[in-house]
Amino acid sequence: MTTTPNPPPVSPPPASKTVSGQRVRGLAESRARVAMWMMLPMLIVLLLVAGYPLFRTIYLSFFEYNINSAAPPKFVGLENYWFTNEEGVGLGILQTPEWWQSVWNTSKFTIFSVLLETVLGLVFALVINSKIRGRGLLRTAILVPWAIPTVVSAQVWNWMYNDSYGILSQWGQKLGMLQPGQSFLSNPDTALTALVAVDVWKTAPFMALLLLAGLQSIPSDMYEAADVDGASPVRQFFSLTLPLLTPALLVALIFRTLDALRVFDMPYIVKGNAPETMTMSIYARQQMINNAEFGFGSAISVLIFLIIMIFTVIYVTSLRVKFD
Amino acid sequence: MKKMLTLLGLTASLAVASQASAVTLSFACDSVGSGYDECRKGADAWAKKTGNTVNVLQVPKETDQRLALYQQQLGAKASDVDVYMVDVVWPGLISQHLLDLKGLIPAAQMKDYFPSMVENNTVNGKLIAVPWFTDAGVLYYRTDLMKKYGYKAPPKTWAELQTMAAKIQAGEKKTNSKFVGFVFQGKNYEGLTCDALEWINSFGGGSIVEPDGKITINNPRAAAALKTISGFVGTISPAAVTTYGEEEARQIWQAGNSAFMRNWPYAYDAGQAAGSPIKGKIGVAALPAGPGGKPSATLGGWQLAVNAYSKHPKEAASLVAYLTAKEEQKRRAIQASYNPTMPALYKDKDVLKAVPFFGSLYDVFINAVARPATVTGLKYNQVSDAFATAVYSVLTKKATPEAALKNAETQISRAKGRGW
Repeated sequence: MTTTPNPPPVSPPPASKTVSGQRVRGLAESRARVAMWMMLPMLIVLLLVAGYPLFRTIYLSFFEYNINSAAPPKFVGLENYWFTNEEGVGLGILQTPEWWQSVWNTSKFTIFSVLLETVLGLVFALVINSKIRGRGLLRTAILVPWAIPTVVSAQVWNWMYNDSYGILSQWGQKLGMLQPGQSFLSNPDTALTALVAVDVWKTAPFMALLLLAGLQSIPSDMYEAADVDGASPVRQFFSLTLPLLTPALLVALIFRTLDALRVFDMPYIVKGNAPETMTMSIYARQQMINNAEFGFGSAISVLIFLIIMIFTVIYVTSLRVKFD
Repeated sequence: MKKMLTLLGLTASLAVASQASAVTLSFACDSVGSGYDECRKGADAWAKKTGNTVNVLQVPKETDQRLALYQQQLGAKASDVDVYMVDVVWPGLISQHLLDLKGLIPAAQMKDYFPSMVENNTVNGKLIAVPWFTDAGVLYYRTDLMKKYGYKAPPKTWAELQTMAAKIQAGEKKTNSKFVGFVFQGKNYEGLTCDALEWINSFGGGSIVEPDGKITINNPRAAAALKTISGFVGTISPAAVTTYGEEEARQIWQAGNSAFMRNWPYAYDAGQAAGSPIKGKIGVAALPAGPGGKPSATLGGWQLAVNAYSKHPKEAASLVAYLTAKEEQKRRAIQASYNPTMPALYKDKDVLKAVPFFGSLYDVFINAVARPATVTGLKYNQVSDAFATAVYSVLTKKATPEAALKNAETQISRAKGRGW
């Protein structure tokens, strides 16, 4: 065993005239390497701006940390999520009825707003896509609600809902849907519906735009063929348009669902911390910013992150199934 | 040699002092009613006197919104704002971020304030803020309508308020469809905590968390109070009162569309302003009492404090001293009906002439009931939030008073956790 190891057999240097496949692979490899290097700055930036806050939030969720307190953050493990004290009072988020109320509110808001936006957006898209006069103008006009900043449109709607001078409340009162001095927002049973209406008004155009792009990618000769075969417009829609539009529809649905799940600005401006319209994000803000409880608030944010991640995974996997 | 050094040091410090004269301060003041303009006037007067400049910032209307903003700035140790206007319930929350003003405000001036207010602003021996104006909830009523419907005095009890408001509302509604009997702050925020504490306290239901730390909110008198007031919503008060803050209530009142209003003293001056439809028709009284209880007003009020991270602490303290001094408080009392924090000004002839109810309601202002901010310390916001949410659920008819108070008790003990 003391023999010196033989030098490895020297392989012959690659001949200059290799098969073209090898040269291509070498080229692809070097391209991939260059691409990696070019991606690196972006990955670092992403890690800093998206990764750091995310990991910091997860880290903070294991601490009791009040930013007003001079005391340093105290490690409490999973107690922000689940903790029952000696008196039998549940202190964790998962034991807090307000949290579950906000989850329920957000779910209702998401289901109804996304459903309505999809249907309305599809109708808009079909109208704009048909060969009618002035559709260029229509396309621009339809985008106005989407172009107005949410803060502004939310406040405008808030005024329209006002019980004493708001036009919507006046209509509601005239139609007998509301008592005098009542507004759609002041009644806890209709408040969430009123907010869904604002969201649909604002976001249906965006949905329409996404679906319009999908519609325009469907080759027109298919419709010509369908016409020749004598398919009715309804039949054309269900057998041709809808199946071909599905990928665009699913992408639009993902966008809107994830957006709706983390909705904050509009409901907060219109209804503040009212329990019947408190969404998960408003609850997180309340605990973190109002109450200065960074640990507890971070734990809520982590839960929101998990919920949204689950939805994304479901959507993405279901999309794969559709594409393959 | 030593003398020369001292002299040198003195000259140097004088030079530095004169060099650092013209600074620009940022002042996060008020935005409710004429608050911004009054802040501006006071700050400008100081600026003119000292040669400095003051930027008066626009701030959110509602106190919890302001607190949320300031907590973030202070938590990040930001020096952007030099002087903050601080709510009476905040010292326990943000004291560690505020400068100790001991020695920076003339000692003679400190003797002029109500001792209880100075005590409220002293945390762990640090004077973290100077009392600027005090506040207590009062009942506004329309003197012309009282006469029209044959009433000689404002209501003494909540039941009386209900009958009077109902009668006036029924009569006025014939000519004005927007007319309502009574407006208050029913939105789910800090203002509702103030209003509801008054109702509960006037029924003898305690003050949510007592000074010894005991949670007493779940009691039958508190339930009776909530039951009475929730009966107002949709009858003498518009159902949408659950979306009103101070300013929303005042807008309805000032448009002449309400017989009674619960609000803070600032609304008096705003209602008496030139062009106001109710100018000269405003009466102010103590809030009504519950059965067997006595009238109760929640203690409000604002202080001025200097950011501990300010780059110009000396100038900032000088601005605070100027604004909280007797002359400026007197000016604000006369021109904008802000309650002074000095007993002497409640006997001042000019003040009493401008704002007569400062004299007649002196006891209300002095005996106002404090929110449980001192005992709950850093957790005050959670407590107030749980309480306001419970009251809100009763006003919106989503819960019975008993169930809501039971829930509030659980929530508050949850906030208490391992102790206050």
